[in-house]
Amino acid sequence: MRRRRKNAIKKHTSRVFSALVYLFLYAPIAVVILFSFNTSKRNVLFEGFTLDWYAKMAGNTALLESFKNTLLVAGISTAIATVIGTITAIAMFRYKFRGKSIIDLLLYIPVVIPEIVLGIALLSVFSLVNVPLGLGSMIVAHVTFQIPFIVFTVRARLSGFDRSIEDAAMDLGANRIKVLTGITIPIIAPGIVSGAVLAFTLSIDDIIISFFTTGAKSTTFPLKIMELVRSGVSPDVYALSTIIILATFVIVLISQITVYRANKKSVKL
Amino acid sequence: MAKAIVEIKNVNKFYGDNHVVKDLNMEIAEGEFLSILGPSGCGKTTTLRMIAGFEQQTQGVITVEGERVENKEPFERNVNTVFQSYALFPHMNVTDNVAYGLKMKKVKKPEISERVENALSMVQLEGFGKRFPAQLSGGQRQRVAIARAIINNPRVLLLDEPLGALDMKLRKQMQIELKNLQKRLGITFVYVTHDQEEALTMSDRIAVMNDGVLEQIGVPADIYEKPATKFVADFIGETNIFEAIEVSADAAGQVALKSEIGEITGTDSEFSEGEIVYLSVRPEKTLLSAAPVSGYALRGTVRENIYIGTVTKTTVILQNGQEIRVANAAGSSVPEAGSALYVYWNPSDAVIIHSKSGKIIDAFENVDLSEYVEGSA
Repeated sequence: MRRRRKNAIKKHTSRVFSALVYLFLYAPIAVVILFSFNTSKRNVLFEGFTLDWYAKMAGNTALLESFKNTLLVAGISTAIATVIGTITAIAMFRYKFRGKSIIDLLLYIPVVIPEIVLGIALLSVFSLVNVPLGLGSMIVAHVTFQIPFIVFTVRARLSGFDRSIEDAAMDLGANRIKVLTGITIPIIAPGIVSGAVLAFTLSIDDIIISFFTTGAKSTTFPLKIMELVRSGVSPDVYALSTIIILATFVIVLISQITVYRANKKSVKL
Repeated sequence: MAKAIVEIKNVNKFYGDNHVVKDLNMEIAEGEFLSILGPSGCGKTTTLRMIAGFEQQTQGVITVEGERVENKEPFERNVNTVFQSYALFPHMNVTDNVAYGLKMKKVKKPEISERVENALSMVQLEGFGKRFPAQLSGGQRQRVAIARAIINNPRVLLLDEPLGALDMKLRKQMQIELKNLQKRLGITFVYVTHDQEEALTMSDRIAVMNDGVLEQIGVPADIYEKPATKFVADFIGETNIFEAIEVSADAAGQVALKSEIGEITGTDSEFSEGEIVYLSVRPEKTLLSAAPVSGYALRGTVRENIYIGTVTKTTVILQNGQEIRVANAAGSSVPEAGSALYVYWNPSDAVIIHSKSGKIIDAFENVDLSEYVEGSA
C-alpha cells in the first residue's frame, strides 16, 4: 500500500514538474498572443476581444518595413552562411592539415565571445574600410556570426559519415563534383537544413550586432521594437509578434518533418 | 600462369616516415582468385587501395591490363571495389545503388534496368530493389555491394575483407557464393583478408604479407605445406617451430639438426652445414612415442588434452619449456596428462625454412653456439 502511494506521489511530482517547466516557457508567449486581441491599450486586464490591432498593424508601414528588412537580412545572410559553412565543414572533415586544431578553435570564438564585442569589432572594421552602414553591412555581419553554427551542425552530421561511401562513388565512375552533389550533400542534407534554420532564427532576433552595423534607414524588426519600448509597446506590436510566432511554429514544424523523413528513409529498419 | 592482368613492380608506399609497403612485386593472372592475406597493418589494404586508385604509391609501377595507372583517378580505372563497410549509398534504394555505376557511364535507361535486374538476380536479391540499405540485413547489404560492383563488368574486382562483419555461418555461405560467382563471371578477384581459413578455402593463389613485405605467394597447398618463411609457417594454421643448426645430410636429403634442446631430423634439398634454420612441423604431423626415437632428443610431459570434435589437441611441454602442439585424429588413443613421452615426426613432414636475410636468429645471438654443435645435449 505504502509503496503504491509512494509511486503515485512520484508520478504526480514529475507531471507537475513538467507542467511547470512548460508553463514557464510558454506563459509569456501566451500573454503576448492574448493581449494582441485585447480591446484595452493597457495590457493589464483583458477587457474584450478585438482584431483592431491587426488592422492597425497592417497600416503601420514603419513596422512592416522593419519586418521586411529583417526577413531580407535573415534570408540573404542565411543563404550565404549556409554555403560557406557547409563547404568549411566538409573541408575540415576531409582534410588534415597543419594548424587544423587552431582553425577549429578559432571557429568557436565568435560563438562564445560577447556579442557586443563582435558588434563593436565589426563596426570598426566597416568604418575602417569605408563600408557604408545599411542592409549590406548588416548582412555581412550576420554571415559572420552564422557561419560557426552552420559548421557545427553540418560537422555533427558528418561525424558519422563513412568516407568509403565517397570512395565507392568514385570507384563507380563519379568525378569529384558528382560525388559532392550526388552523394555527400544529399546524405548530410538534414544537418545543412537544421543549421540553416538555426542561423535564420539567430539572424531574425539579433539586436546587438544589428544595432552596431545598421544604417539610419535600415531598421530591423527587433531594433524597431526596442525603439518603441521607450514610449510603451502598443498592442499592434503584439499582433505582429503573434504572426511571427505562428510563422516560426510552422517553419520549425516543416523542418522537423523534413529531417524526420530524411532520417526515416536512411535509418528505418 | 595465364597472362598477368595486374602487375605490381617494386612498389613502395610511405605515409610520412611510415613505410607500409616495401618493395612489393606481384603479378595477378587474368581470371584468378588471388587472396592477399596478412595480419592487420601488414599493408594488404593499402596494396588494394593503390590498385583501385584511392592511394598513390610512393615509388614503383602498377599496371592494369598492361597500362600504367598512376595518373588515373579511381573513376578512370577499369576495376571496381567491394568495401569492408559495404559503403552503400544510404539515401538511395537498392536499384539506384546498383544502377549508380551505369548511370555515371551514361548507359541508356532500359539497358540499366535490365542489367540491374540481372545483377540482383545473380546475388539472389530479386524483389529487393525498392528497399533502402537500412532496411536490409548485413548479408543482404553485402550482396548489394557485390551487385553494385559486378554490374560494371570490371576486369578486376577488388574485395576488402568483404565478409568481415558477418557472423560465422553466413560467412561460410557467402564464401562459397563468392567463389561460385567468380567462376561464373570469370572476373579476376583480388581478395584481402586476415582470415587464413577463408584464404585457403577460396583462393587459387594466396599472397601472404607481413609488415609491408610479401612473404610468399603460391597455391594454398604450397602455402600450407611448404611455407617459405617462419612467418608464413606460423600465420597459416598451427605449427611447431624449432630454431636449429644444420649438422649433416645423408644421400636421401635427410638432415640432422641441433636445436637448443637436442637433435632433431628433417629433410632439406638446400643443406648447408652450420646454417641456422627454422624447422616447422604441423601438429597433425607431430607424433608421440613412449620410447626414445632415434634422431629426436625431444623428451616432454603431457600437460593437457583438449577435445575439439574432429581432433584431440595435446600439449606437450619439452624440458626447455617449449610447448609442442600435437593433434590426434578422433578415435586414436590419447596420452594421459602428466605422462612422460618422446616427440618425433616423419622427417619428410618437417619443413626447413632458410632464414631469408641469412641473419643469425635472435635466440642464438648471445649463446656460444659451439657448445651445441660439438657437445651433446
